[in-house]
Amino acid sequence: MDIIIVGCGKVGATLAEQLCSEGHNIVMVDISAKRLQSTANALDIMGVVGNGASYTVLQDAGVAQANLLIAVTGSDELNLLCCLIAKKAGSCHTIARVRNPIYSKELHFIRQQMGISMIINPELTAASEIARILRFPSAIKIDAFAKGRVELHKVKLLPSFSLDGLSVASAIRKLKCNILICGVERGKHVYIPNGTFTLQNNDMLSVMGAPKDISAFFRKIGMETHQVKNAMIIGGGGIGFYLARLLRESNIEVRIVELDDSRCQQLAELLPDVTVLNGDGIDQQFLLSEGLPNAEAFVTLTNLDEENLLLALFAQKHSSAKVVAKVNRLTFHDVIDSLDIDSIIYPKYLTADYILRYVRAMQNTIGSNVETLYHILDDRAEALEFSVRTPSEITDIPLADLKLKDNLLICYINRGGRIFLPGGTDQIQVGDTVIVVTTVPGLQDIRDILA
Amino acid sequence: MNYSAITYIIGWLLNFEAIFMTLPCLVAAIYGEESGWVFVITIFFCLLLGIPRTVHGLKNKVIQAREGFVTVALGWIIMSIMGAVPFVLSEAIPNWIDAVFETVSGFTTTGASILSDVEILDRCLLFWRSFTHWIGGMGVLVFILSVLPLRGGYHMNLMRAESPGPSVSKLVPRTQSTAKILYGIYIALTLLEILLLLLGGMPVFDALTTSFGTAGTGGFGIKNDSIASYSPYLQNVITIFMILFGVNFNLYFLLLIRKPKQALRSEELRGYLSIIAVTILVITFEISRLYGSIWDALRHASFQVASIITTTGFATTDFNLWPEVPRTTLIMLMFVGACAGSTGGGIKVSRFLILLKSLFKELHQYVHPTAVRKIKLDGRPVEHEVVRSVNVFMVMYILVFSLSVLLVGFDGKDLITNFTAVAATLNNIGPGLELVGPTQNFGGFSDGSKLVLIFDMLAGRLELFPLLMLFHPKTWKRF
Repeated sequence: MDIIIVGCGKVGATLAEQLCSEGHNIVMVDISAKRLQSTANALDIMGVVGNGASYTVLQDAGVAQANLLIAVTGSDELNLLCCLIAKKAGSCHTIARVRNPIYSKELHFIRQQMGISMIINPELTAASEIARILRFPSAIKIDAFAKGRVELHKVKLLPSFSLDGLSVASAIRKLKCNILICGVERGKHVYIPNGTFTLQNNDMLSVMGAPKDISAFFRKIGMETHQVKNAMIIGGGGIGFYLARLLRESNIEVRIVELDDSRCQQLAELLPDVTVLNGDGIDQQFLLSEGLPNAEAFVTLTNLDEENLLLALFAQKHSSAKVVAKVNRLTFHDVIDSLDIDSIIYPKYLTADYILRYVRAMQNTIGSNVETLYHILDDRAEALEFSVRTPSEITDIPLADLKLKDNLLICYINRGGRIFLPGGTDQIQVGDTVIVVTTVPGLQDIRDILA
Repeated sequence: MNYSAITYIIGWLLNFEAIFMTLPCLVAAIYGEESGWVFVITIFFCLLLGIPRTVHGLKNKVIQAREGFVTVALGWIIMSIMGAVPFVLSEAIPNWIDAVFETVSGFTTTGASILSDVEILDRCLLFWRSFTHWIGGMGVLVFILSVLPLRGGYHMNLMRAESPGPSVSKLVPRTQSTAKILYGIYIALTLLEILLLLLGGMPVFDALTTSFGTAGTGGFGIKNDSIASYSPYLQNVITIFMILFGVNFNLYFLLLIRKPKQALRSEELRGYLSIIAVTILVITFEISRLYGSIWDALRHASFQVASIITTTGFATTDFNLWPEVPRTTLIMLMFVGACAGSTGGGIKVSRFLILLKSLFKELHQYVHPTAVRKIKLDGRPVEHEVVRSVNVFMVMYILVFSLSVLLVGFDGKDLITNFTAVAATLNNIGPGLELVGPTQNFGGFSDGSKLVLIFDMLAGRLELFPLLMLFHPKTWKRF
């Protein structure tokens, strides 16, 4: 597809890198020639210098032939205007990033009236991601498939689970639960396990299953699954606000620590049933006295990555809370992941991921295609949801007879709302949704699973 | 320094050279020439060196700017040495340096020859000589880029190092598609010329070799008198195609995507065509006394002007015998060169435009010292980086030029010969004046001078910096 990306910031560059490696033709538009140049040096893309909302600039970028325009500049209004003009100048789909909470309730209207295909609010996305983690604190990361009917949980194998040394098949037999271990991270390696794969302590398991089966699995291995009852949020910015609102919806008690007095007033007004504390998050005494030792969740959302990480490490040490830290810059990704922090949230990465999912789904409107895409296992594997719309060489054939790619696992089939773990005799039928986990990147069609 | 990437790409370069050499083999088979076997031997050598470097694929795909420059410079040198093997083995040009000179002259689309009699050469060798023009014209790495499935954004660094002009831009987002489009236009124009020459009654072999020479703006003829013995129609066709191949190929792409207005608005194109028109008029006026009719004078003037400004180097008449004004005009045209992004050499019209504009800007600055002015080309501001690189290029160019004239001067030839010999090689033209005029050749120089001129040809084709980078000690350091 021909894709124009307006805004060459972190999200823009991450998107360009991913989309380019998937074989799309990318044109980037940015006002700064320097920024474009550095991206164009590393990626096989074309850069156009100028204001993305200008008709001539968009013409230069080839808006007439483009299939999709993604506006991810720093300004909401510019993004919306880009989309509006692109829509009029060509016939492309448009995606805009809009982050101002003022617009957040009007998104539906804006989308409808301006004909924008998708509006993404990175802060809201990040907040809902954190909220999902807090509702299920024992898992390290959760993703939802098939509109929430299947969840993917990441969990560290502790000695107390007494699964060490068992094969995947015997572990499942022992626990008698209807779940699937679809990925194992061990040190630097990522495995897509088959039945004979042997589990070890400290493996990072990716477990897939219906929510109730997953709960059963966690109960059987002796892991607590109850959601947190209270949460402490450091930093009352956009994400903090959305997160507090989401957590209140599921009746979680929330305390927000915010340094700026006027912002506190604002938050107190917007969130009447949240305790807003006006104080400095890096004041240890303050945190301890405000109940950090008894907090069940601790989320650091200040604007400084370093502060977030240090606070998270501090909380990890002084409480048994589930700790989530926000990191904006992607640069030291590998170092940060090696820190002892339960969950790290990269809002920029989430935004890019979200948009990528849309692009993939948009790619093939005919035939089977990707409904949802998740980077799992430290980004080295993908979980994809395909919907099967037409008969092909993979439909109506017992799975045992299909010759699949290596490192690829068919996890679940969703047939008419019923989710099941397929066995060798099951067949993929037209109308099914199939969830596949693989380390092979860039699958675009269900037929790509064949070797 | 990513040495593995450099050897990998040079390995592919040799493989492709082997593939290109199958064509002269074919020619030899058609005409039943025994010298075809030297190509078979060379193909074997190329593959022997190339395949072991390419079979394993490439792990570290990061090709930074300096690797790009080094790959291109080394690649061209190695390619020229391998390309010279058939001339030596067939004993058509027994001296190694002469053979390399001839091949470098071919690949760099110079067209300067050390042979006094080309007509005695076997047809397969003549074909190879002309075909090197065609390969070198658009750039062999651009060709490799269009065919090899290289991934990642780094190969733009290769294309940038090989393509002429002050700034290289892509036509479409992907480097590979850009390379494919460029070669598509190149092949289409070449085929069109072959067709028009055949229609004019030119023999097939002559039409092919002449078209290769025109397309690459090379200038190797297969006759001792270059193009002079062909009919006026054929000469006019060649004139037009020389001018066409001197145009920035991006403009053809604009025509293809139906934006002719934008193409015609190009300042470089306008400058290029105006220079051609004015010089043709001046020269026609000056030489009209030498030829029977004004039309003959016009035909010869336009052919020579097109040949020199596009740096092709074909000739229909011995312009060394022309009066001083036309001779001087032609020398000046040698330096102007064709448009950026064409197959031609020289300093390039767009560089001159940028230089002239910065000159006016400076003058303006003397009148209004606080004035802020931006240099614009085609209505767009030219980045300071580009202006700076053009200035540096000019300084470098003058330095290399004068040093070369000095070194060649040790042979004891006259200044005009030395000056035009360096101008003709550094600008990739071919013939100069006096002892290196259109009816003469470069055979009279000593081996040392030939090496200097070989360097000039490569430096001119690759626009100085890739070749000069090879001599910078930091280039070869790992850190």
